[in-house]
Amino acid sequence: MADDSRGFTAASFYDYLKEGKLMGVRCRDCGKLSAEPRPMCPSCHSQDVEWRQFSGRGQLATFTCISVVPEGMARRGYGRNNPYCSGIVILEEGPRISARISGVDAANPQNIPTGMTLAVDFGDVDPERPALAFRPA
Amino acid sequence: MAATPRKRQLGRPVSIVGAGMSQFGAFKGKTSRDLFVEAFRDMTDHLDQGVGVEDIECGYIGNYSSDLFEGQGHTAPIIADWLGLTPAPVTRIENACASSGSAMREGIMAIASGLYDIVLVGGVEKMTDLPTEGVTDVLASAADGLYEVPAGLTFPGIYGALAKAHMDRYETNLSHLLKVGIKNHNNGALNPKAQFNTTIRGMMERRIARAEQRGEPVPDWKDEIEFLNDPRANPWIAWPLRLYDCAPITDGAACILLVAAEIANSFTEKPVHIAGTGQATGRPLHDAEELTSLSAAKYAAAQAYQMAGISPQDIQVAEVHDCFTIAEIIATEDLGFFAPGEGPHAVDEGRTALDGDRPVNTSGGLKAKGHPVGASGVAQIIEVFHQLRGEAGARQLPGSNLEVGLAHNVGGTGGTCVVNILRRG
Repeated sequence: MADDSRGFTAASFYDYLKEGKLMGVRCRDCGKLSAEPRPMCPSCHSQDVEWRQFSGRGQLATFTCISVVPEGMARRGYGRNNPYCSGIVILEEGPRISARISGVDAANPQNIPTGMTLAVDFGDVDPERPALAFRPA
Repeated sequence: MAATPRKRQLGRPVSIVGAGMSQFGAFKGKTSRDLFVEAFRDMTDHLDQGVGVEDIECGYIGNYSSDLFEGQGHTAPIIADWLGLTPAPVTRIENACASSGSAMREGIMAIASGLYDIVLVGGVEKMTDLPTEGVTDVLASAADGLYEVPAGLTFPGIYGALAKAHMDRYETNLSHLLKVGIKNHNNGALNPKAQFNTTIRGMMERRIARAEQRGEPVPDWKDEIEFLNDPRANPWIAWPLRLYDCAPITDGAACILLVAAEIANSFTEKPVHIAGTGQATGRPLHDAEELTSLSAAKYAAAQAYQMAGISPQDIQVAEVHDCFTIAEIIATEDLGFFAPGEGPHAVDEGRTALDGDRPVNTSGGLKAKGHPVGASGVAQIIEVFHQLRGEAGARQLPGSNLEVGLAHNVGGTGGTCVVNILRRG
């Protein structure tokens, strides 16, 4: 299913995202999972890694709501009057990953519950600048 | 890394014998080389006994990105030239905001190895040529460009997420963050080199006066907390962090003269010795061991304490990396001053204030003193140096038993941490 001839790189990660798949790697020697594809296991240094598809489900571990936005987000209409939410998601398989959090009210962060169940939002993947996003499941 | 790090020690002892800083602030028309000359001249003007520039054998200069801020790469030989150090070997060290703390370690190791006796260590950053958006982008390049930046995270955003995690796990709240900023500005008001040489109350009162002068509606803030809770005065940057939770954009330079301890007394009667040093790397926040701590700080501090043969309770003065107010609270826990989760309570009790039992950031911290990224590590060391020598002026900690101080310098969101411990000679 997973094409192990694809390099374990960010380019592959974002290509998979555009194909509707959240893919990371698994170390064949120690079993460690990493949400970021990498050619060497950070735990045991083995170079025997394989692609691993994640379910795309996870929980919101922590987050921030950003008002002073980078240029790319400003061009998409975000800013002081329209903040967006980014955070860290803990995937149900264990690893954590940084992501946009869509479908939440970023203007009222006190109402965003950490621990909430999320799923990957493949609908928001811009083919020019693909980025990982989750929304409430 | 080995589970139990072996006890490390320097090949031979190393001492700081002189220090200098430029003014920290925003200086149109001054480049990084100009700022560094100011710091160098401040150092040579205040050396107890003179040093000839020709005596300096080697240099390490911390600088994050003169490339992106000024379009100038390969900065070290240019600064060497402006100081008249050519042909001595000078190297630029880059570890984001820990660049000059790292440069300090390189200088220490260069002398401890026996290869050099007299080394210049410094740092510089010229940030204000770019507009704020440009500076934001340059600083974001210290985060993970493949997996953090595309997720929309900015540098304040990652620390915002760290703050939210700390607030979830412990009793930390927004008022603790504000109190750290107030405390640091109280100290910065006593520091003539500080970019914001003013208390927050002073800033508040000046804004009220300006509104009165201009016939505008006069704000009714009764104290600093009301001022800091007003979104017109203190807007959100990356919730839960606001403007006054963030270190400013600053131009500045700082340098020190490091020598082999055996020759220190020909430079000064009051050398300050390197008691311990430690450095470690850390992973992006999403891969961090915990979301409420910078593991690199814990590893670096453990190395430094072990080398110095002391424990956290022995530290009498500390400069810690308050790029954001939450970073100071977490630093005090990572350094072992307070247990995890006790950092905010210590703030409530005033323990980290100038008159507290664990004074932190007597200089005003990065918040009030300013944060010229590449210079901050050495600037922290300079504050500890002056405190230990009784030269900190209005900020001087009382008592003649001040012996041991610590500087904690972080790069990015904990990708690097360097801890240096100094002992009065």
